[in-house]
Amino acid sequence: MGVEGIGASVVRKEDRRFITGRGRYVDDIKVMGMTHAYFVRSPHAHAKITSIDVEAAKAMPGVVDVLTGQQIVDDKVGNLICGWAVHSKDGSAMKMGAWPAMAPETVRFVGQAVAVVIAETRNLARDAAEAVEVHYEELPSAHHIAMAIAPGAPQLHPEAPGNIVYDWSIGEEKAVDEAFAKAANVVTFELVNNRLVPNAMEPRAALAEYNEAEEHFTLHTTSQNPHVARLVLSAFYNIAPEHKLRVVAPDVGGGFGSKIFIYPEEMVALWASKKVRRPVKWTGDRNEAFLTDAHGRDHISKAEMAFDADNKILGLRVKTHANFGAYMSLFSSSVPTYLYATLLSGQYNIPAIYAEVIGVYTNTTPVDAYRGAGRPEACYLLERLMETAARQLKVDPAELRRKNFITSFPHQTPVIMAYDIGDFGASLDAALKAIDYAGFPARREKAKSEGKLRGLGFSCYIEACGIAPSKAVGSLGAGVGLWESAEVRVNPVGTIEVLTGSHSHGQGHETTFAQLVAGRLGIPISQVSIVHGDTDKVQFGMGTYGSRSAAVGMSAIFKAMEKVEKKAKKIAAHQLEASEDDIVIENGEFKVTGTDKSIALPMVALAAYTAHNLPDGMEPGLKEGAFYDPTNFTFPAGSYICEIEVDKGTGKSTIIKFVAVDDFGRLINPMIVDGQVHGGLAQGIGQAILEQAIYDDTGQLVTASFMDYAMPRADDVPSFEISHTTTLCPGNPLGVKGCGEAGAIGASAAVINAITDAIGNNKLDMPATPDRVWHAMQAPLQQAAE
Amino acid sequence: MANVQLTVNGKAVSADVEDRTLLVQLLRDHLGLTGTHVGCDTSQCGACIVHIDGRAVKSCTTLVGQVDGANITTIEGISKGDELHPMQAAFRDNHGLQCGYCTPGMIMSAIDIVNRYGADLDEDTVRHELEGNICRCTGYHNIVKSVLDAASRMKLSIAAE
Ligand code: FES
Ligand code: FES
Repeated sequence: MGVEGIGASVVRKEDRRFITGRGRYVDDIKVMGMTHAYFVRSPHAHAKITSIDVEAAKAMPGVVDVLTGQQIVDDKVGNLICGWAVHSKDGSAMKMGAWPAMAPETVRFVGQAVAVVIAETRNLARDAAEAVEVHYEELPSAHHIAMAIAPGAPQLHPEAPGNIVYDWSIGEEKAVDEAFAKAANVVTFELVNNRLVPNAMEPRAALAEYNEAEEHFTLHTTSQNPHVARLVLSAFYNIAPEHKLRVVAPDVGGGFGSKIFIYPEEMVALWASKKVRRPVKWTGDRNEAFLTDAHGRDHISKAEMAFDADNKILGLRVKTHANFGAYMSLFSSSVPTYLYATLLSGQYNIPAIYAEVIGVYTNTTPVDAYRGAGRPEACYLLERLMETAARQLKVDPAELRRKNFITSFPHQTPVIMAYDIGDFGASLDAALKAIDYAGFPARREKAKSEGKLRGLGFSCYIEACGIAPSKAVGSLGAGVGLWESAEVRVNPVGTIEVLTGSHSHGQGHETTFAQLVAGRLGIPISQVSIVHGDTDKVQFGMGTYGSRSAAVGMSAIFKAMEKVEKKAKKIAAHQLEASEDDIVIENGEFKVTGTDKSIALPMVALAAYTAHNLPDGMEPGLKEGAFYDPTNFTFPAGSYICEIEVDKGTGKSTIIKFVAVDDFGRLINPMIVDGQVHGGLAQGIGQAILEQAIYDDTGQLVTASFMDYAMPRADDVPSFEISHTTTLCPGNPLGVKGCGEAGAIGASAAVINAITDAIGNNKLDMPATPDRVWHAMQAPLQQAAE
Repeated sequence: MANVQLTVNGKAVSADVEDRTLLVQLLRDHLGLTGTHVGCDTSQCGACIVHIDGRAVKSCTTLVGQVDGANITTIEGISKGDELHPMQAAFRDNHGLQCGYCTPGMIMSAIDIVNRYGADLDEDTVRHELEGNICRCTGYHNIVKSVLDAASRMKLSIAAE
């Protein structure tokens, strides 16, 4: 392992460029002859475009061209696709409306692009965009699930009657009916999972260049998966064949899912760069990010849980309506189905589960994966249900959970997932200890004497990560495989380049991936560099999302390393006149065990490339590649406990302490793992008490700036208390599970359970703003007075 | 158009710019100092913070015309050659950054906080003072740790001088 190998909290290699202002994000890049794009967007939630007049804009200073939706359709640029086919319970295919990159006829959400101005500077493009005259005939619109499914609701797409994309189900309805028939107690609950805006701090951007002589495009873009972007842009949008399109995702300022998808803006930039024969750069502003980055969550659910007389769970029934917005984004269909309902068993032994999910079109921004993607919604529903059950059944919430924990593995749930390993009791115990559960009643009393309400809330989450076994997801409708690739190149002087299909946009792969390689060879991480994010350099790969880069991406590197080491050992054995089986690798040297004979890595590498003295028949060079396809998902799990204090006068909640105990399997770099948890927790807490995308009666997004959408700030969150329990994942060679989403998945239920515990009213939806909490607080007080 | 003269990271700069040019545009587009970022359009996120005559200011809401004659320091101008500013070193050592996008603004803001509070800095003050800087990645935990760590480093380095 060594001081910089797996398990060491080494500081990050990539940090120096960021802390000195030398990061290189898309908008930092300038090329000769570059023009700037600014989009004209719909001010209406639903309208017919009756005319577009671009002449005045074209005459403005510095304007190169103004292009419209009709032109992009005429040029046969493909409509945006949804890459996961989900079928309704009657077997019918999901019902998708067409989504052109710029609207030629009808706009279906505020912010949808209808035209683009290309000009010499961004300011001039923006000025000219004001002069594009678009006339609309407004249509009635539906911006909430309830409005969209009401009888007589405005229709968004002729393809989807009643605005229903699909009516999907999982599990056995009959088994669940039987479970409820013999239940001693039934707990029911209705809840809303609030709509969120991902808000990576770097707005999306694209720089497209067309090289006429080579008929070749280059796209620099803010992407979590540049190869997938290239595949989709070439195979479906007819921009260019793959070998004529290079996609580069340089430094990317956060993603959280929102930069997985291929958006209209990069399609338009590419298409326009060929039309105007000059490079085209588009950089979104924050308002555009709010209006056009795929939003997250937005569910309305009803859930019922059946218990026997001993408080063991017999069955779970869930019905969820999921809002997809106005169009089906790239992976949207999978989020409320295979990433949500398959996790409804949580950490519990539930013999029967039946879940129905109805996907609904509304006149809002498209909704897709946001940190956790489906799994936070599952955890929030289940953990609020468990807390409600504990209160209703008058049992300790920790004990109710413990009683129902899955304790033997592997465990097949009734909803596809087969959990490979875990120890849920261990993380709950550790969390109870960290929060000092026994001391809570005294703390609550003390707070009461000071006029404050104190509450404690639990959340025991599980997630499916390491996405994903290709064959399994293929059988569920995925349009792609979800393996990962790696190539390890040992240079003739012994330094190493690792080319990975994973993409880092804050996760620190340049450090953690180097730790794996350096640790195996016993060399410093400074000798290893990680290359990612450029389709011209790196072999095809699937990118980073779903906490997959350690479990899948690093496993591919592991496999490639095994091949490299095998060949290197052969060379070393040949050079040292020893048997290959006697060679061990230590501190950067290949040693013959039991002797003092050794040869250093650079000499082995040099021998491989000079090829003067290699074993007979061996090819020169030292470079190996591998593709790794996981055999199962991984299942990170943990227990979170939040202690909260509510001010009786204002309804303001203050987090006193937040304890997180996670089982991520083996930790590569504990410092980075903790950082991932911190960030996830802040997003989960943000969802619980601050964040919500709100549409008004006319379909305007009224929370479309940081003045209106409450992002968590430094004084909204506490310092966190984090620890780990460990069961090694048996499914991959490193024993890792993934840590990127856990915080965002587990935190919100813990916070809301704590607030409802404090105020003694379970009727509370996220975000639990002071106003909402204050009103919820009055209800039990009134009841007491009556 | 207007001509402005100012000092940026110790170098004299003279620029002819449109009246509406923002300081962040001058830095990024005209001077190529792309370490200063833009994260919003409502002066809320702090990704654009630079020092104007030693005070942290949001360069996205500052017209170049307002800073004629001023002394500007950006993230590119705070280390001494290869030697990092203690705040930069503290962010690296405490894992105070992930994607790095908010980081230049955080560091410039944090230096100003330490300059103003010196040894009196505690966690609550740091959290309150960072109200104008948004980070979506770190949950602020390690940013706060970094600032407190740097505060003691900066105190030491002042004592040593
Ligand atoms: S860019 Fe200046 S505050 Fe956001
Ligand atoms: S490190 Fe990514 S926004 Fe702060």
